[in-house]
Amino acid sequence: MRAAVLVFPGSNCDRDLAVAFRNAGFDVEMVWHKDTDLPGGLDIVGVPGGFSYGDYLRCGAIAAQSPISGALKAHAARGGYVFGVCNGFQILTETRLLPGALLQNAGVKYICKTVTLRVETTDSAFTNAYTAGAEIDIPIAHHEGNYQADAETLARLRGEDRVAFRYLDAPNGSTDRIAGILSENRRVLGMMPHPERRAEPAHGGTDGAALFTSLSEALVNA
Amino acid sequence: MRATVTVMLKQGVLDPQGEAVRRALGALGFDGVEGVRQGKLIELDLADGTTEAQVTEMCEKLLANTVIESYRVEMG
Repeated sequence: MRAAVLVFPGSNCDRDLAVAFRNAGFDVEMVWHKDTDLPGGLDIVGVPGGFSYGDYLRCGAIAAQSPISGALKAHAARGGYVFGVCNGFQILTETRLLPGALLQNAGVKYICKTVTLRVETTDSAFTNAYTAGAEIDIPIAHHEGNYQADAETLARLRGEDRVAFRYLDAPNGSTDRIAGILSENRRVLGMMPHPERRAEPAHGGTDGAALFTSLSEALVNA
Repeated sequence: MRATVTVMLKQGVLDPQGEAVRRALGALGFDGVEGVRQGKLIELDLADGTTEAQVTEMCEKLLANTVIESYRVEMG
């Protein structure tokens, strides 16, 4: 199994994400934003958290126009898996690989704490190792995590079982407490919380690890 | 030549920063501020002959996220 992790200027969770992929059995290659091609034979591309391009203009807006972005879109269009965390989720909405947008937190403040999420669907390669309705503790660290989409998009996300995770509380003002969503083909997941920061005992908890083992099991059996 | 692009959150999209500014104005004793919306103003220095259509394309592709933002272009 092969994973690539994109690295933008200002990415700061790229190594954490690579470690989580490796621990789940993936060979991982780091790919610089100026590259125009992804390595061949990839199963999944990880888009990491951080502050790509200093969050200039809008979070993820410049990264979405960077050279590697075209290859990322082509990978998704071929049915490849994509996993965006935090700034990675913002980049995926800016590239339109996922619908909606992440606005500033309703409370205007940056929030860095561990929150409880509910696993809303196990019908995806990212979540099949969880039990439906499971409550998991995962850290958030963001200033723009307030998920917003128009009513039609929200109805589709709910109707098609594409809300992967919801916050138990409402830390950032996200509509419908949405923390993570899936694409129409269920192969692109974007989420604000950081499962890669809660994936081994030294992190203080391992509730995020099942996301990566879900992926490795799904891809081995694919 | 110059173009000025104003980018605002669409009506109906919550603007937490604008709301915080509104409350701060109230706390300073400025009564009657019923709403504040905060946006961005982007000035572009352009080669002569750049058309408004090209600036509009810049807005659609990068300067605004039309999922949540609206924009206005003023040329010259």
